[in-house]
Amino acid sequence: MVNGESSTSEGRDTQWPLWEVFLQPPEGAPHEHAGSVHATSAEQALQNARDVYARRGEAVSIWVVPSAEITASTPADMGPFFDPGNDKPYRHPQFYKVPRGVRVF
Amino acid sequence: MATPSPSPVAAPDEPARVAEFEARIARGESIEPKDWMPLRYRKQLVRMMSQHAHSEIVGMLPEGNWITRAPSLRRKMALLAKVQDEAGHGLYIYCGTETLGVDRQELIDQLLAGTAKYSSIFNYPTLTWADIGCIGWFVDGAAIVNQTMLAKASYGPYARAMVRICKEENFHKRQGYEIMATLAAGTPAQRAMAQDAVNRWWWPSLMMFGPPDSASSNSDELMRWGVKKKSNDELRQRFVNLTVAQAKAIDLALPDAELRYDEATQNWSFGAIDWDEFWRVVKGDGPCNRERLAARRKAHDDGAWVRAAATARAAKRRRTSDAA
Repeated sequence: MVNGESSTSEGRDTQWPLWEVFLQPPEGAPHEHAGSVHATSAEQALQNARDVYARRGEAVSIWVVPSAEITASTPADMGPFFDPGNDKPYRHPQFYKVPRGVRVF
Repeated sequence: MATPSPSPVAAPDEPARVAEFEARIARGESIEPKDWMPLRYRKQLVRMMSQHAHSEIVGMLPEGNWITRAPSLRRKMALLAKVQDEAGHGLYIYCGTETLGVDRQELIDQLLAGTAKYSSIFNYPTLTWADIGCIGWFVDGAAIVNQTMLAKASYGPYARAMVRICKEENFHKRQGYEIMATLAAGTPAQRAMAQDAVNRWWWPSLMMFGPPDSASSNSDELMRWGVKKKSNDELRQRFVNLTVAQAKAIDLALPDAELRYDEATQNWSFGAIDWDEFWRVVKGDGPCNRERLAARRKAHDDGAWVRAAATARAAKRRRTSDAA
């Protein structure tokens, strides 16, 4: 996938490898997916990500990851893959009864 | 999980799958890149999103025209930041389009070849500094109305790009309106310049919302599939309602003798739009279509050495690290 040639001899540019961008906002929230950038290297990906996604101080930290390195669950598998967790209401606080009027916290 | 699922593009549009897809839309679910979708949904989205992305990029040109002639440092910084934002917006939307499996190079090639459409508003020239104010006020203002709706579009990556863009677009409109307010409160020559810009940009801005509902072939499908939530005419009316008060507040007249408030509908009704002009410009015969294309091609060609250098540098570093 990483194509080193610029293919200018064919008159066509490549669009360079794709990287996914994750930004961490100030005040300790987790990194969140912001979008993607094309870049020839990790360093360029970071700079492009900063220029495209962080013009207004939205990020205190940026991660860039080659899109090809991301493994994702697929919609087709959603049912069986997530099923064990879908019918266990006892994982939620509302499942449990407490006497009326008692402060649990 | 071991067998790879067939590519969504290859799967035929079986009625049962389409029905389930439409049920998802009706439930307000977000359609994501790897979800099954009708071929036409994918095709419509690629069309809409690529046209939107192209519009942002081409939209940098009429405003970029005035960066070196902005009347003050404050105005120049604001305009530079705005144009930079437009580049970013184009990139967000190209990224979103790529999630549909389309090659960005193909989209760029279409733009440079003149076969891709973009918003026809950018085929008008910026003749005076007041045009910059007018673009921010009217064009970004209209874009905000449209994009606020699209932020709830059914296709996840498009909606998320719109949310990001909406946050940034507000400063665009305000900087434009501030320019117009300043000019309108200035010397007679400044007032005249502002009014002249309004006279030239008002009707093309109304055309930004697209053909009237009766003539819009794509709208029904897009609304059924949750890509558009409001019709062209509804959005256009909303924009007019918002803008009339803004114009009055800075004492600039909108060039429409038929503009009047309708108590019954609580809308500002307005005069007839010249749709001949709209179609002419959309089809490539506007004042600046050829100039915009030439500028894009030149920028692309002039930038070739940067792309070549970046690629060569990366290749060199890989050879060095491979040899190490």
